[in-house]
Amino acid sequence: MAYITYKGVGIKAVSACVPPAIRENQELTTLMTEEELNKVIQAIGITQLRYADPDVCSSDLCYEAARKLMADNEIDPASIDGLIFISQTPDYKVPNTSPLLQHRLGLKQECLSFDVNLACSGYVYGLSIAFALASQIGVNRILLLVGETLSKIISQKDKSTAPLFGDAGTATLIEKGDFPESWFSLNSDGSEADVIKIPYGGARNPSCKAGFTETLDNEGNSRNGEQIYMDGMAVFNFGIRAVPTDINNLLKFTGKTTSDIDVLVFHQANRFMTNFFAKRLKLKPEQTPYSMNLFGNTSSASVPLTIVTEMHDSGQYSKRDSVVLSGFGAGLSWGTAMLSLSHTRISHLVEYKGF
Amino acid sequence: MNIQHFIENFAAQFDDTEPEAFKAETKFREIEEWSSLQALFIIAMSEEEYQVILKGEDIRNSVTIQDLFEIVNSRHTA
Repeated sequence: MAYITYKGVGIKAVSACVPPAIRENQELTTLMTEEELNKVIQAIGITQLRYADPDVCSSDLCYEAARKLMADNEIDPASIDGLIFISQTPDYKVPNTSPLLQHRLGLKQECLSFDVNLACSGYVYGLSIAFALASQIGVNRILLLVGETLSKIISQKDKSTAPLFGDAGTATLIEKGDFPESWFSLNSDGSEADVIKIPYGGARNPSCKAGFTETLDNEGNSRNGEQIYMDGMAVFNFGIRAVPTDINNLLKFTGKTTSDIDVLVFHQANRFMTNFFAKRLKLKPEQTPYSMNLFGNTSSASVPLTIVTEMHDSGQYSKRDSVVLSGFGAGLSWGTAMLSLSHTRISHLVEYKGF
Repeated sequence: MNIQHFIENFAAQFDDTEPEAFKAETKFREIEEWSSLQALFIIAMSEEEYQVILKGEDIRNSVTIQDLFEIVNSRHTA
């Protein structure tokens, strides 16, 4: 596929909502020695995560992010033509969560809505889908809601996931307007579907007693079949092979180099991995904002969350004409976007209240 | 590719283990400091120094530093 180019559409606004409850990674001394834990925290660059309460879903976090965005930007609910919800922790298997959000947000019935089941590539893919829809005659505004409650689908006895994954909900408003061109590269490789997986609970392996049985693996990690399994080495291997190349290729296509990039927001996988990419791409620290220290890896929500936490103040990262967004993860699925955030209103981060 | 350099690069990924502990025949999993995190450091080192990207199974199927050296060496083009 040639790179996708969009004209006349862009991101008008971004907001994010995180649960108030903080889980400190230092609490994981039950899982590993203090020495090992300090080393892990240092390497992954994640000291804290946010955990949603048991009765709070990804859709709830996205709902409050959307309310914040609509208030800050005085958005009439009737002006929204489409709602896309991206999550691997939807409210239900059936129905999809997006109509529930359409209803809660008071959007019109003549509003298309659907869920997309994607992991860490979700925001980049979601933007491209939203841009494509917003480019059509008859569509002006798309609300893209991207959120996860990963805390609910990981094992606290698994060293490869417990220190990494947290919760967040985000809202992005895409609309037609006087925006510069943007470009997207979207990719997939299902040959490595097993490297990040929840094996049970779908149609292939329905929920059953065996699926809920906790098992110990060769590395001393314990999880059941409805909790995320991740092969860290395979994911790192994939990242090294795929991510810098995709970014470089998209840059080449647009006739730019890494020094032309104002800001590059990586999916907040872990610091060791993103440092490696930054080094490969010869990026300067001033080009790469990070939120993972305090919010961890929130899968598809991590890119918009980082935009909110690190770029809401126009004094930081003041030049935002050439912003690269990079998402990569389960599927395998990965994507790169190059767009402008110069016309984007970024809300202040909010904490979930439950109104 | 020089095995001594490889052993030195391998040892450089560890903070708390004396360099003398690393020999060609060292079974790396028996090093106290070894962990799945260390495995990532080794994958990064191999890519940076030798432009060879090790897979998880390369590490899982290896026992000694020599085993890893041989995999990297076989894929390394000078």
